[in-house]
Amino acid sequence: MRFEDEPVPGYPLPILPGHTSPGRFERVLRAGGFAVTTELAPPDSADPEDVYKRARVFDGYVDAINATDGSGANCHMSSLAVCALLTRVGYAPIMQISCRDKNRIAIQGDILGGAAMGVCNMLCLTGDGVQAGDHPQAKPVFDLDCVSLLDVARNLRDEHRFQSGRKITFAPRVFLGAAENPSALPYAWRPQRLAKKVAAGAQFIQTQYCYDLPLLRTFIEHVQAMGLLGKVYVLAGVGPLRSAKTAEWMRKNVPGMHVPDAIIARLKGAEDQAREGRNICIELVQAMREIRGISGVHIMAYRQEESVAEIVDRSGILQGRAPWFPQRDAPQYSHRTAS
Amino acid sequence: MYAVRLWSVRHARGLNAFYRGFESVLVRMHRLLRALGHERLERPVAGIEKAVKGLLFDCRMCGQCVLSSTGMSCPMNCPKSLRNGPCGGVRADGNCEVKPDMRCVWVEAYRGSERIPGGVAAMSGVQFAVDQRMQGRSSWLRVVREKTEKSPQ
Repeated sequence: MRFEDEPVPGYPLPILPGHTSPGRFERVLRAGGFAVTTELAPPDSADPEDVYKRARVFDGYVDAINATDGSGANCHMSSLAVCALLTRVGYAPIMQISCRDKNRIAIQGDILGGAAMGVCNMLCLTGDGVQAGDHPQAKPVFDLDCVSLLDVARNLRDEHRFQSGRKITFAPRVFLGAAENPSALPYAWRPQRLAKKVAAGAQFIQTQYCYDLPLLRTFIEHVQAMGLLGKVYVLAGVGPLRSAKTAEWMRKNVPGMHVPDAIIARLKGAEDQAREGRNICIELVQAMREIRGISGVHIMAYRQEESVAEIVDRSGILQGRAPWFPQRDAPQYSHRTAS
Repeated sequence: MYAVRLWSVRHARGLNAFYRGFESVLVRMHRLLRALGHERLERPVAGIEKAVKGLLFDCRMCGQCVLSSTGMSCPMNCPKSLRNGPCGGVRADGNCEVKPDMRCVWVEAYRGSERIPGGVAAMSGVQFAVDQRMQGRSSWLRVVREKTEKSPQ
């Protein structure tokens, strides 16, 4: 889908009726498109080009790019800075905010700052525990949790107030998201937890990796039965597994990751395990597109980011749609077929 | 104590009923408590509260007790201080992502709340950001103040 007014970097699009942000990501979802998002691993560097290089591999394949906030409790460039760099050239970032490293004073400052830099989407997370990362000696903050963070962010946007009640003069116009893990215990309570996040302000959800489709289907059925699907867009998380060994390692070491034995067995039996991993991912993405109530996929391909293009391309989930990227409408692209 | 904490969740129904009774007695005593002075009572009451709830729930004295809506499993024992339900990192065996030897306080909370009438519904309410100034203060006295200030007799 194309919009008449595609972005000019640095100038926000108008906010359409019923929207809370001027962002393209919200537009795609509200227009009924099947959205594709991915994750950019922020560099361990102060070079902006390292960010742009990592973003460019997704050009033309994704609607929005998540900038992780110290994911896995490892130290990297901040998500706010990555987002600010990305908006400079017109990308649509999703700024991840974790409660692990900052208290409510710092977080609210970042929400205002991010919105001022043109960030239209924010994902409110609790964050991994510090023991999981490269600085286990650090102090975990957790002043807020993801639900109270959503509430704080929504109050900033809708009530124009800090958590203290003090007024702000210009509200951040943002589309708010949260995470959910349909494959973690207690399964029965996960949809209710989602309801809680929606009540606190979540407008979209990106899930943890879903390799177990029956679990995902049950989760969506419950979410639908609770009448939440009209209020929140669910993007299912997927990603290519590089090999059976990595899959087993991830299942053991990545918090909340659930990989069914059947998937691992299939990887083990394959000649080219990495390719089989991508095949599995493509099949999952195609199956997710068919599930009513799933509005998109969130493809997390850590350290194999270049495979996102292949997954999106071969799965055909965009159905010919070309999401905007900085050079998309430049002459060399639009006249390519004529030459 | 960890074992007692798990026992408390198994007996969530009884403990909740006991607390309801205890709370109504406290609320009925509100005039007396006010006469004695909440500020003067703060330290001794907080001390008793810490001893009792510390034993039963490994209470962290956040001062904003929500045990009745968390199945008698204290959410402040969550290494991430989650007050609105489990994170996505719960292990397949129901243990904590951060402390692999500890049961997830929210998996326990869900079990406990199933034992309390209306417990699961109570767990679905959004808990707003904690007021860190309340740390170490008595939750019981605060409840009495809130209940009697809302409906002055």
